[in-house]
Parts: sequence; C-alpha cells; structure tokens
Amino acid sequence: MESVLGRYRNLTILVGVLFLQVLGLAVQVKRSADAENTRLIRIWAVGAITPFERGLVRVQNGSRNLWRNYFFLRGVRAENRELKAQIEQMHLEQVRLSEDAAQARRLQMLLSFKEQYIAKTVPAQVIGSSGSDLSRSMYIDKGSNDGIAPDMAVITAAGIVGKVLRVYPSTSLVLMINDQTSGVGAMLEKSRLQGVLQGTANGEVVLQRVMSDEQVAPGDTVLSSGGDQIFPKGLPVGTVRKVGAGKEMFLNILVKPAADLSRLEEVLVVTQKQEREAVAEGSGRVRAADILAQRLPSVPDKPAVDAKAASGGSASGASEQSASASAKPQLANTTGAENGNGTKLSGVSLAGGTAATAATRSTTVAAPPPATGGVSSKVVEKAPSGDSAIKGNRGAAVRSQDASGATGSGTTSSGRTSSVTSSNAATSPAKPTVKRAKPANDVATPEPPAAEDNPH
Amino acid sequence: MPITYTSGEQIEVYRFSIPVTVGVPLVALFLQSFVPRRISYFSYLDLPLLVTIFFAMARRNPISGLFTGAAIGLAQDMLGAYPIGIYGIAKTVVGYLASSLGAKLDVENAGARLLVTLGFYLVHAAVYFTVARGMVNLTLDWSWKVGILAGLANGFVGVGLYFVLDKFKQRT
Repeated sequence: MESVLGRYRNLTILVGVLFLQVLGLAVQVKRSADAENTRLIRIWAVGAITPFERGLVRVQNGSRNLWRNYFFLRGVRAENRELKAQIEQMHLEQVRLSEDAAQARRLQMLLSFKEQYIAKTVPAQVIGSSGSDLSRSMYIDKGSNDGIAPDMAVITAAGIVGKVLRVYPSTSLVLMINDQTSGVGAMLEKSRLQGVLQGTANGEVVLQRVMSDEQVAPGDTVLSSGGDQIFPKGLPVGTVRKVGAGKEMFLNILVKPAADLSRLEEVLVVTQKQEREAVAEGSGRVRAADILAQRLPSVPDKPAVDAKAASGGSASGASEQSASASAKPQLANTTGAENGNGTKLSGVSLAGGTAATAATRSTTVAAPPPATGGVSSKVVEKAPSGDSAIKGNRGAAVRSQDASGATGSGTTSSGRTSSVTSSNAATSPAKPTVKRAKPANDVATPEPPAAEDNPH
Repeated sequence: MPITYTSGEQIEVYRFSIPVTVGVPLVALFLQSFVPRRISYFSYLDLPLLVTIFFAMARRNPISGLFTGAAIGLAQDMLGAYPIGIYGIAKTVVGYLASSLGAKLDVENAGARLLVTLGFYLVHAAVYFTVARGMVNLTLDWSWKVGILAGLANGFVGVGLYFVLDKFKQRT
C-alpha cells in the first residue's frame, strides 16, 4: 500500500486536495440552503484587498476633482446659462406633472392602492469587482456600518443595477442584474407583460418568461415589476434591444440596461422602502366627479355618426363639478391633434355644430401612465344648445399648458386645467354620462390601475 | 515546433523569493478586482490563472503547482459572489497539470506559451463549469465564442506577463 502511495504520491495529494475542496463546497451549499452567512475567511480576503481599492479610488477621485474643479473650468459660464434655462423648463414641466401626480394619488386612495416608495437611500462608490467574466458583481464602499443589509436594491438615477449579496463592515458585494444567477421581476411598460430578467454568459440581459404570441417591439421600455420584493415597482430597467424566439413557448427578449453597468462609479442603495396607501395632497377633498366616474358603469364608445343624431338632445346645464350635469356623448376622436407649439393634445371635438355655441365640459379621472394599465373614465356634460364641442379631457389639457389657447382649455377655480370650449354652462340638472375611453398610445389620457398590476 | 521534449536532467527548475511568491499573486488578485470596473474588457482576463500557470511551469513540481493553484484559486473565490472552492478546484487542477507538463516539456518559447495558456484556460473553464453546474447548481451558460476569444486574449497577455515574471526567476 505504501509503495502504491509512494509511486502515485503527486496524484494522491492532488486527489486529497480536491477532495477537501469538494467537501468544503458541499458544506457551503448545504449551509447556504439554510441561511446565508458570510464566512470569516471571506471577510479576511475582502479586508485585505478592498482598503487598497478604496485608497486608489480616493486618490483617483481627488486628482480628478482637483483638475475639474480648479483647473479645467472652461465653458462653465455657458453651461451655467444652459442649466438655468433647463431649470426654467423643468419648473414648467413640474407644474403639470404635479397635477398628474395629485390625480394619481386621489385615484390610488379611492382604490386603497398600496405602493412601495423608496424612503431612504445611501449613496455608495464602486471600488472593485469580482474580476471575472463568469461572475458579474462589484464592491461598493458602504457596508453594515452604514446600514447596508443583504437583498437591498442598488440603483442609479438611470435605472436598477443589482442587489446587495454580501455585507462586510465597510464594504458590500453587489450582484449585478447581468449576472447569470441574478433574477429580477420585470415588465414591459406599454403592454404590462411580466417576465424575469436574467444575465447571460456574455454579460447581456434577457427578459424571459414572456409568451411567444405576445407583441414586443424593440425600443419598448422595461420596468421593475416589484414581484421580486427587492426592487420597488416602476423603476427603469432598460429598453428592448432585440426580440427573438426563445426556448419552448417563450420569447427571448434582449434588453439594454438603463444603467451603464460597465461604467458605474456611484450608486444608491435603497436602505428603506415604505409601503403605504396613497394619500391625496392638498385639501384631501375628493371630488364627487372622481368617485362617480369610478363607480358608475361604463358605456361603450359611440361612433361619431351617432353624435349628430344625438346632438339635438336635451341636456340642461353643467355645474362646477362636471359630474352633476351630463349629456349623451357626442364625440369625434381628435386625439393626437397638435397645437401651434407642436404639443400633442388629445381629446374629442365637436361632432356637428359650432364650438362657439357649445357649452360642454369634460373631466377625466386618470391614473399616471407608468403605474398601471387600464382605462380612463370620462364624465361628459352637454349644454342644452345641442351642438356642443368637447375639447379634450383634463388629463390631456393638463399635459400642455400651451393648449389652453388652441383648444379652449382654461384653469378652473380649483386650479385644475380643464378643456372647456365655452362657459355658458347651464344650471339645470343634467344626466351624467360616464364614458370609458379606449386606451391608445397616442392618447395622452392616463390610465387607472388595473387590479392585476398591483402586487399587493 | 516550439515545444521541445527534454529529459529531466535538461530541464531547469526555478524558484522564487518569498516576496515574489506572495506578492505577485496578491497583485494579480488586486488588479483582477480593481481594473474591470474601469476597463470592462479586463474581466475576460484571468490574471490569477496566468500567475498559477507561470509558477507551476517554472517550478516544475506537481505538488508545489497544485498547492499554488489551490491557494490562488481559493483567494479568488473569496472575492467573488459564488461559493468558495469553485476557482480553487479549477486552479488546483490547472496547477497540477501545468507543473506536470513543465516537468516534461520545456515551454520557454512565446508560441508554446500562447498555446499552453490557451489550452489551460479551456481546461480551467471546463473544470469550473463542471463544478459550478454539477455541484453548486449554478445556472451558468458556456459560450464557445467568448471562451475561445477570452482564451486567446489570456494567451497573448500571458506571453507578455511571463516575459516580465521571468525576471524574478532564480536558478536552483
């Protein structure tokens, strides 16, 4: 026996060393099934390497900042002017977006809609990586001392990056979304189709589990679905780059990540998420029209031809709240009409008759587009004069401040912008008509949440 | 053919100082962790593997080679996201084979080094994938295109690296 071992000494030692490592692996696999603990040996290795990385990153950033902030300031004034102009533009945009958001919150409140919000984030700097093309992970300079814990989402302003896999006192290991073992719940923004996002061997990102009979086009936006309980719903993931046939009955959807995963320098770790019901801002008062629009049954769209016939019908008046007065809808779809500034407007216009004599008010209760799919409810009032013009829903009018002149939109006393072609609203009661508009891509009408989209 | 078969007496066995033995693998691990965040293509290189092959072939001792491979591989595992031991096993095998090959063949020529590095890169990948899929149940996919290109890239970089590391060789 000894002679055999002596003759094959090298091989025996090789087998022994391999056996020990296999044993160690088996123990880890067994333990990781129960609970993931960071091995002390890993802490030592990471502790030995990351301080150098952290130091180098600091030196690198310091010298870069010194150059950028003290020496290379050419064009700063011009850039400052541009940024100021941009801020002005964004202020204008904020005004109309805040109106949309308030609408969305009101609607969410009505539906007891619960949503996850990012409550707290910790900024972190990328200092290193696993250094292998087989495992796509990176080290950040924040750890348990900074409140980081495993399974926290890591994002940038552009989109999601990955999740925290292991936490050390002053560093953390982040598994990126293009790693082959990573999995992120994702959905397509337009169609709301859900799938699982995974990495490939060559570092690409693929959306899987989408049936092959679904319509997916390159350029479609992919958002997080919230189904993985790590990433809050609605965060940008990327855009569809290529669609092909996948395994079995599924599509193989290649996604270009929104965040540039190969050039990350700073990231945000979502340390706290809040799940809360939507609360309407401002007075907290819910308009009767909103509630009515939600509760009343829907009627299908009527063709434009019927509008003429109906235009002679009687309707008597419209009160301040549009739900209190109504008429049969006389709508000819004019969605996508552009005003002078090139802003797209949506809405409906007069079907026979003159706009000048019309006194029609249209109010739309809508949810924000990115949140959910569905339909929008529209309460339409018709003036007794018969021929009436209904110019655009509120959601559309709010989208373009420039629209007020072109379409007759105005701002009501409550501050909302609404599309009103004429203001001779009658005072007599009218029959409310709730109309469910068809969702269309070019229609600016937002859509209320669909029940299946709500993860809660 | 650049690879020449030589008898045991003809082959020179080299040794290295302790700072080189410890420092070179540590620098390789550090660069492997640090540089890919700045240059993404760097992740296709495996500097710890190149260092393993170099030390194993220069020492020409299978036991020394397998322990060098095991140590470097385990250290690389500790920095990665997957369980410790996958790289360890793969580099142990490569260290053993490289030193066994070095004991029989004199591979000092650049062309021979390129081919040997490419071959060991593929062996390393094969062992890695076998262990990762068979034992740890990781769902890793192998891409031949990426594998061959990465192997060639490692081969070319290896030739340059071995040339630099040759300066640290000490004759026994």
